[in-house]
Amino acid sequence: MGATGIGAAVRRKEDFRFITGKGQYTDDVVRPGETRAVFVRSPHAHAKIKTIDISTAKSLPGVVAILTGAELANDKIGNLICGWMIHSKDGTPMKMAPHPALASGKVNYVGDAVAVVIAETLAQARDAAEKVKVDYDVLPAVTDPAKTKAGPQIHEVAPKNTIYEWHLGDAKATEAAFSSAKHVTRLDIINNRLVPNAMEPRAALAEYDAGTDGLTLWNTSQNPHVARLVIAAFVGMAPEHKLRVIAPDVGGGFGSKIFIYPEEVVCLWAARKIQRPVKWTADRSESFLTDAHGRDHVTHAELALDVNGRILALRAKTIANLGAYMSTFSSSVPTYLYGTLLSGQYDIPQIYCEVDAVYTNTTPVDAYRGAGRPEATFVVERLVEVAARQLEIDPADLRRRNFIKSFPHQTPVIMAYDAGDYNASLRKALELADVKGFNKRKRESARHGKLRGLGYSTYIEACGLAPSQAVGSLGAGVGLWESAEVRVNPTGSVEVLTGSHAHGQGHETTFAQLVSERLGIPFESVSIVHGDTDKVQFGMGTYGSRSGAVGMTAIVKALDKIEAKAKKVAAFMLEAAEGDIEFKDGKFTVAGTDKSAAFGDVALNAYIAHKFSGAELEPGLKETSFYDPTNFTFPAGCHICEVEVDVDTGKTEIVNWTAVDDFGTVINPMIVEGQVHGGIAQGIGQALLEGAVYDKDGQLVTGSMMDYTMPRAHDLPSFHIGLTETKSPSNPLGIKGCGEAGAIASPAAVINAITDAIGTEELAMPATANAVWAALKRARPRQAA
Amino acid sequence: MPAVSMTVNGKAVSGDVEARTLLVQFLRENLRLTGTHVGCDTSQCGACVVHIDGIATKSCTTLALQCEGAKVTTIEGLAEPNGPLHPMQEAFREHHGLQCGFCTPGMIMAALDIVRRRGNDLDEHTIREQLDGNICRCTGYHNIVKAIAAGAKAMAKGGAHQAAE
Repeated sequence: MGATGIGAAVRRKEDFRFITGKGQYTDDVVRPGETRAVFVRSPHAHAKIKTIDISTAKSLPGVVAILTGAELANDKIGNLICGWMIHSKDGTPMKMAPHPALASGKVNYVGDAVAVVIAETLAQARDAAEKVKVDYDVLPAVTDPAKTKAGPQIHEVAPKNTIYEWHLGDAKATEAAFSSAKHVTRLDIINNRLVPNAMEPRAALAEYDAGTDGLTLWNTSQNPHVARLVIAAFVGMAPEHKLRVIAPDVGGGFGSKIFIYPEEVVCLWAARKIQRPVKWTADRSESFLTDAHGRDHVTHAELALDVNGRILALRAKTIANLGAYMSTFSSSVPTYLYGTLLSGQYDIPQIYCEVDAVYTNTTPVDAYRGAGRPEATFVVERLVEVAARQLEIDPADLRRRNFIKSFPHQTPVIMAYDAGDYNASLRKALELADVKGFNKRKRESARHGKLRGLGYSTYIEACGLAPSQAVGSLGAGVGLWESAEVRVNPTGSVEVLTGSHAHGQGHETTFAQLVSERLGIPFESVSIVHGDTDKVQFGMGTYGSRSGAVGMTAIVKALDKIEAKAKKVAAFMLEAAEGDIEFKDGKFTVAGTDKSAAFGDVALNAYIAHKFSGAELEPGLKETSFYDPTNFTFPAGCHICEVEVDVDTGKTEIVNWTAVDDFGTVINPMIVEGQVHGGIAQGIGQALLEGAVYDKDGQLVTGSMMDYTMPRAHDLPSFHIGLTETKSPSNPLGIKGCGEAGAIASPAAVINAITDAIGTEELAMPATANAVWAALKRARPRQAA
Repeated sequence: MPAVSMTVNGKAVSGDVEARTLLVQFLRENLRLTGTHVGCDTSQCGACVVHIDGIATKSCTTLALQCEGAKVTTIEGLAEPNGPLHPMQEAFREHHGLQCGFCTPGMIMAALDIVRRRGNDLDEHTIREQLDGNICRCTGYHNIVKAIAAGAKAMAKGGAHQAAE
């Protein structure tokens, strides 16, 4: 391992610029002649656009241009798309409504962009935007996914606002298992809508070079090449080779910065029209309205068990709210990222899942940290916990009875788990959380008028997205491989150009650890380059906990090629046969002798090319790999949440959080723990504090950080993190990935703990003090204040 | 447009601003000091925290004109160019108190103010309470709390550039 190799808690290279204020985020970039853009957005959730009057606005000082949907359509700029085809049960394709970057004819959610005002300064653009007069014919709006099928039709292509009616599993066999079951547990679950709120708001800066007919876009993207592809091929903005996309430092994403949004399209189009750079940065209220929201499922779920608590079957019927338009990956989240995880860690013979995806007059919904897997885990882990209570079996024990114990294990919902040891995580978590002492602590809490509760979440997820053929067969429009180019310089330092893109995950450090250890060169001699489509070959970007499993494996494959080529060079240098060259600890040695050459010398020789002819070997030492994973990876673990609930106020305090996760190989435990901390925080946020609320007219009531509760330091405990390790068999490093697991596991653990404390299951997320107090009052009228 | 003059990171600066120009805009756009960030529009998130006359202030809720004659310190002013980092900056790196880095300048500036008001021996509860005005979406705060406690202790060990003034 060494001080900077795989497994070392190396301090991050990227930190220097962030702690000194020298980061370069998109809004920090300034281009000569830059103009500022402000969008005019619909204040109505559903309305026809009658007229747009820009005459007053246009005359205001500093205004350069005001553009609308009509001009966009005239210039034949194409619509935004959803890139994952899902078919309904009857075989019909999903109903994807047109999504122009500026609304044409109709607006479908509060925040839908109608026009863009471009001015010399931001203040001037804002002043002018206020003077743009849009005359609307307001239509009735529908925001509740459970009611939208009977509501006003939003899009022509989608009767009953239904996008698709999908299913997975064997309905008949599942029904048979249910009818013979001794016990059935039933739950109605709402997975509350969330606003991602990465701390850096989205931004786009577009520049057109008339001399070369080239467009450049700086954008807060998690996947600049994908943005480039979509904007070139689908939106038709420019041919791919004339469009450069740069994602500089990006301040958090959590999925919300995967998607291709209207604003970057409009900025590019406008920049070419006015022949000046156009910069847009969201203000936070705009982020609330227009960043893709997360979750928003309404589910009825059932679990069938036999008399010994063995699970016989699970079924779920879900309505998934996708909002006003289908965002880039939206269709896949409540289907193949959700239904396929309904087996959890358990050996469940039959599973059937139905998902209806619907339109409503709300912000589009798409992947948000965990993307489908938090929703699945919440369903499974609530069912199992409640079943345990109903059957009066210890919840850890019920889980143990049903854990999958032999691998590989084929679930009834496509996923085949390759390796795992769920008992190991459970055992370690029970110990770390001192579950044995819980009853004593509970009695102590009761003496102080508090209710103490314990909740489990033994989760599994599928990530390391993804084997391309597999996702292609399920409807994905793209492959999910990753690329890496390893460029060794003549002086022996190395640049790795990776298609991954860090927005907090520390790739500049972890990827360098991998390369440094493999090549036996100093950690400081390795640079990681990402985020610029002019520099880096095509890559699919960072999301879905894939940069370790897939991104790093691409680097390994390229390093394999580097080693092979370097051995050839070394053979010439050492006048030996290629087959006799060994490579270890940064040195090439002729087997059985003391003749050796250091990596740095071999690198120099590869470029000076004096020791071999061009006919024998090409000069240079640079190799590329496009790596397509052979399977998903399956991180899994056990989280245990212990809470104290104040009977008088309903306030929940998390008094202990234990997480034992199996991520396979861990490159940098400090960074991995940080990912778990952040994920848990977001899951606790969902469970206790957060929730996007629309009123009946489709106004986002929780439209700022005043009304939407972001978790703060005093809302959260410190976390006790443990790791177990079963290496992933599907990549040479054995990495499973860790970026989303915390957010996937945690909401169920919180709600299981609070319901344990208060003795009722009638509790929805967010379990605010008010909600818990009300639940207590309903359940125990004499005990609540 | 009215003119404003102030000292930023030890340097006298001036500019013409509109009455409504926020301090954070003056710093970022007029002075090109982009280390101070805008993360919200309701004064909650703290990414914009700077020190004005030694006191932590949200620069998104301060007008540039209000700072006439004031001494402003931003994240860029904590360490001399090519000089050693401030112990609080070091502590954030040592304890992995940042991931995407966007909230980090505001966190560090706020942390220094916690030390100013509460001293160098900060317990977890105090730090968590005092961070009410700083939001992080990446770290879950666990390592930020450790970093601040360590940074505060390191500041007590003496040395130059202890308190940002």
